[in-house]
Amino acid sequence: MSVRTPAASKETASDGGRSPLAPMRRPFGVWFKDKGWRHVVGVVTTIFAVFPLLYVLSAALDSNGTLVGSNGLFSRFDTGNFVALFSDPGRPFGRWFVNTLVVGVVTSAATVFLGAMAAYAFSRMRFKGRRVGLLTLLLLQMFPQLLAVVAIFLLLSGISQVIPALGLGSQLGLIMVYLGGALGVNTYLMYGFFNTVPQSLDEAAKIDGASHVQIFFGIILRLVTPILAVVGLLAFIGISSEFVIASVVLTDPDSQTLAVGLYSYVAQQRSENWGVFAAGAVIAAIPVMALFLFLQKYIVSGLTAGSVKG
Amino acid sequence: MPNPDLQELPATAASPAPRQPRRGNTRHAPVKHHPDSLKGTILKIVLLGLVDAFAVYVLMMLFLSQSWAALGVSALVVLAINWIYLRKGGLPAKYLAPGVLFLLVFQVLVVVFSGYIAFTNYGDGHNSTKEDAISAIQLTAQKRVPDSPAYKASVLTKGDDFYLLFTDPSGKVQIGSTGQALTDATGAGKDSTGKANSLPGYQTLKFQEIVANQQEILKIAVPVSNDPADGTLRTADGSTAYQFKPALHYDAGTDTFTDTETGTQYTDNGKGAFADSKGETLATGWKIDVGMDNFARAFTDPSLRGPLLGVIIWTFTFSVASVALTFVMGLFLAITFNREDLRGKKVYRILMILPYAFPAFLSGLVWSGILNPEFGWLNQTLLGGADIGWLTDPVLARISVLVVNVWLGFPYMFLVCTGALQSLPSEIDEAARMDGASAWRVFRSIKLPLLLVSVAPLLISSFAFNFNNFNVIYMLTGGGPRFADTDRDIGATDILITLVYKVAFGQGTGRDYGLASALAIIIFIIVATISAISFKQTKALEDVN
Repeated sequence: MSVRTPAASKETASDGGRSPLAPMRRPFGVWFKDKGWRHVVGVVTTIFAVFPLLYVLSAALDSNGTLVGSNGLFSRFDTGNFVALFSDPGRPFGRWFVNTLVVGVVTSAATVFLGAMAAYAFSRMRFKGRRVGLLTLLLLQMFPQLLAVVAIFLLLSGISQVIPALGLGSQLGLIMVYLGGALGVNTYLMYGFFNTVPQSLDEAAKIDGASHVQIFFGIILRLVTPILAVVGLLAFIGISSEFVIASVVLTDPDSQTLAVGLYSYVAQQRSENWGVFAAGAVIAAIPVMALFLFLQKYIVSGLTAGSVKG
Repeated sequence: MPNPDLQELPATAASPAPRQPRRGNTRHAPVKHHPDSLKGTILKIVLLGLVDAFAVYVLMMLFLSQSWAALGVSALVVLAINWIYLRKGGLPAKYLAPGVLFLLVFQVLVVVFSGYIAFTNYGDGHNSTKEDAISAIQLTAQKRVPDSPAYKASVLTKGDDFYLLFTDPSGKVQIGSTGQALTDATGAGKDSTGKANSLPGYQTLKFQEIVANQQEILKIAVPVSNDPADGTLRTADGSTAYQFKPALHYDAGTDTFTDTETGTQYTDNGKGAFADSKGETLATGWKIDVGMDNFARAFTDPSLRGPLLGVIIWTFTFSVASVALTFVMGLFLAITFNREDLRGKKVYRILMILPYAFPAFLSGLVWSGILNPEFGWLNQTLLGGADIGWLTDPVLARISVLVVNVWLGFPYMFLVCTGALQSLPSEIDEAARMDGASAWRVFRSIKLPLLLVSVAPLLISSFAFNFNNFNVIYMLTGGGPRFADTDRDIGATDILITLVYKVAFGQGTGRDYGLASALAIIIFIIVATISAISFKQTKALEDVN
């Protein structure tokens, strides 16, 4: 995909200008200079963006199965790959799906809760070290957890010797590790949002005799539901794609998540398992993409809020 | 890559100065601290009780495993938690404690721990104490005792464990298993040759089952007594067993292993292993502190130095190029579609952000299928059977990685730039036009600088994210194609974080946690330096604004 500056693109685009979309009312040149080239850019970018997705969909629906066989796009339609996907006991796709849901939902729920509590403290209370705390959180997120993957592995293997249920191979242990990243990013998103809820509301409630717990659960959390949903969703999407730590912690195929499991499909024999892998990829991607597109408006507004404020 | 990019967002959320109107309720508190309701108090007691019950269990387990340091730290943490929640006041701590606890253990402590591992030789063959290493050597280096009698053996199972039932030449029947020394067995059934072949409570394996479980059975080593120096009984075929003894004899007084046959002496070489006079070491060693050795090795070992420099340069190239390309493309698209009256705008937008919604780890794998040089769609279908090494030629592989990363990242930049463009006041555009500036001039001198101010922090976070963008590299090329000048698994598209992962958990080569942690610490230092510098720069940008 070429990346052009706006000025250059106008020139390059104008020589390929025979878009069927041109209305006949105006001279074509004028229309093209104003809008036509934008459609050319749009169509080209769309092809670039969508093609790999169509490709994997087509491979999933072609039970021929190998990588070579998947090259004729949509030349066959059948569900053989999906059947094969759910009938391999050595690679329990159904289990992986459930595992991913469980780990993702538990982690994101806990993340939202921990993050909201911290954001409430930072937004509504004044205490020593508040500013330093906020800055530290900002700094810490520059260092993703996967940097310390070796230490996490050794720490968990140490924990396994004391409490096996929380150590290596346990999803609970993995969730605990993920919760280490619960503050930071999410606290920031929520902190900004919490600040937009007027403090006069809390004070009114306090005069009426509400405790801080009641204010938190009864007033604040209800008013910031959109940001809770966004943070929860982002955490879920993040966790369901996480590979490094999950691959190190979860070794038993029955306890693995989709990211680790699907990788094992193509790690060794990329070509032979391609069709079945593609079917798995489609099933794994659909819920996440549906959620994302469904909540697109919230996510985008959250995104841009960050960039516009400064 | 939906999430990770998003996760960087807050970088800017921080920048608007906290502008809380008033002091919060903690200072107001003296007015009257409303007592918690009964329900709340009960809930608090129950929750704290559960936490404490779990804590007591953990402390007991730590006590039983005699991990004193961990026990001490855990006890302090438990005390701190109880103090925070039982005392009056200190409200902020009550809200912050749970998240901070996880943060400290799984984000801060692990980094400190990485720092410690970086100064040890922790890894395969060096993962325990010297005492463990000595007994492991005694167990693994076994030789058949010369002229020792042959035992008749049968394989039995109970539950999931295998047992060997021995009949010695005198007809005495004994049973044992790995880690369970020989004990006399009574009530054993015997076959016509006098060999004991069954025992109440156990099941005897049939021949087919023995064949099917050959590997497991080969591993069974029944200690003759509780002293490892006495050796073990092993069977190679499931029907006869021999006594094996350590081929290496350990002398605690001189701290040396002696080969019982050749007489070669192995002494502690000070590097966590036993070595003979020629420097040959025994496979099993132990963990010791090695100081700066790992760092020195990274920059002096010939099989590591060249590739590592290549990896560091490529890591920077990759992350800078990724940010630049995605940003330019995103900005260009944002400008292109920043027109209210463009037909089909919404459709374009949805289709273009699809890559962003697609799970990141899958993208790399899907693209690896498209770009596969032998079977991939690009070579086979689009280029009609061409043989272009999109993922196997060093230069093309790097370009492919960048293209795929642009595919993943441009929708994010598109969304961000669209938002930033729309928030620019339209008056400046009009005013500049009135003054006779061209569209390009308006963009370059007015819009772009304003845009950069608001987007710069996101670009920095995007850089930091791409610096550790494990998924794209590992899923697409696995770091390959491998460098020719090294026998290690390091390749042209490896970035530092994939190298860390491969050194620590790679297939084929031994795991070297010490070196991997040293590399992780190097990444840590690089990222810290860059973010310190760049955040200072953006502060300056904001002041200009």
